[in-house]
Amino acid sequence: MCLAMPMKITALEPDRHGRVESSGLSFRVNLKLIPEARVGDFVIVHAGFAIEKLDQVEAERNLAIFEELARGMERA
Amino acid sequence: MQYVDEFRSAPVMAALRREIAEVAAGLPRPVRLMEVCGSHTMAVARFGIRELLPPNVELLSGPGCPVCVTASGFIDAAAAIAARGAVVSTFGDMLKVPGSDRKNLAECRAAGGHVEVVYSPEQALDFALAHPELEVVFLAIGFETTTAAILATLDGAVERCCGNFSLLCAFKQILPALEFLAQSDLAIDALLLPPHVSSIIGGLAYDEFSARFRLPGVICGFEPVDILAGIAENLRMILNGEAAVKNAYRRAVRPAGNAAAQELMSRFLEPFAAAWRGIGVLPGSGLKLRAAYASFDAARRFAVNPEGGADDPRCCCGAVLTGRLQPSACPVFGRGCTPDRPLGACMVSGEGACAASYQYRGDQ
Repeated sequence: MCLAMPMKITALEPDRHGRVESSGLSFRVNLKLIPEARVGDFVIVHAGFAIEKLDQVEAERNLAIFEELARGMERA
Repeated sequence: MQYVDEFRSAPVMAALRREIAEVAAGLPRPVRLMEVCGSHTMAVARFGIRELLPPNVELLSGPGCPVCVTASGFIDAAAAIAARGAVVSTFGDMLKVPGSDRKNLAECRAAGGHVEVVYSPEQALDFALAHPELEVVFLAIGFETTTAAILATLDGAVERCCGNFSLLCAFKQILPALEFLAQSDLAIDALLLPPHVSSIIGGLAYDEFSARFRLPGVICGFEPVDILAGIAENLRMILNGEAAVKNAYRRAVRPAGNAAAQELMSRFLEPFAAAWRGIGVLPGSGLKLRAAYASFDAARRFAVNPEGGADDPRCCCGAVLTGRLQPSACPVFGRGCTPDRPLGACMVSGEGACAASYQYRGDQ
């Protein structure tokens, strides 16, 4: 029941809902828990609700560190 | 999938595995790490994380699956409500959880009970709004992440004065469970902390726990790279004698958490001593509806007690949920207790340690 995935907001809908998309599939989710959500944001969706915005800057920083680690290991 | 596949990169996993091996080689004694989130349990089994760890690093599964820790009396109460003609609306993984007499909600439905499976609690409210002639009861279980989604739904029910919708509540909080584990004789050396619960409560929520119990912990995501990075960071802290809670999931966990969710939780709920399946009653570990919202409380509306019940004596869920027993070491694992015919809740939910272990049996 707790599976949660990052999905991209493609449209805002009335009554604090929105459309999100992942791997070509589109879903309607409730955005009430993230009042600041905008089209283009990635959000973590859990049980039909967006529970947090995904910080893309932090995600990229995180990935860069991992990639550096992997490259370092290759060189080693 | 964006922000998913990148965190499953094989070269990064290989690098982290080497790093873990290097740090572990410097440890003076074997160590035990525990993950306390059902989705971590599932991901660890699915991605074969245990296979990637050196022999002196043991990874235990903790009581972080809300389906697994819900008392059997909750199922009895839900069945009693269905027997009285109400519509019981639930997440699908509750259907096969055995009640006190081993009867589950799937059987209750087969016998004519109106049990509806939903993906989102909002579907239950929509159903109630569309059918004002029916009583609709949503089975409100979950840790903080699911609690937030359910309360956002309840907020909608209150706004719309929906008089035929109520919640049968068994909300749990993660921190009292961590305190229980830290005070037990389990000798846990570090924790992998739940990512999406942390999105709600915030990274700073663990500070008091961390200071009190001097136990290292890392908030990490559900992808294999996240989990391995969380293990590596915990091992480094153990090696350095450091006991902090670190956030390795900054992409979705802010220090203060989700303000909207926290506002809903404090408005609607108050703590109480809740029963955990296989563990017992833990002080302040549950959240119940405040008296002002009693009309939305199914336990009061139907005069049922969701906190009681008795588990099957052969079931070892309690020992599994507290990391004392690996699922495959349970005498009834796969023999008398299977996902099709479970004795205990850990074999039911996809996030239960036993079900995860059964599904990915190479993991033993």
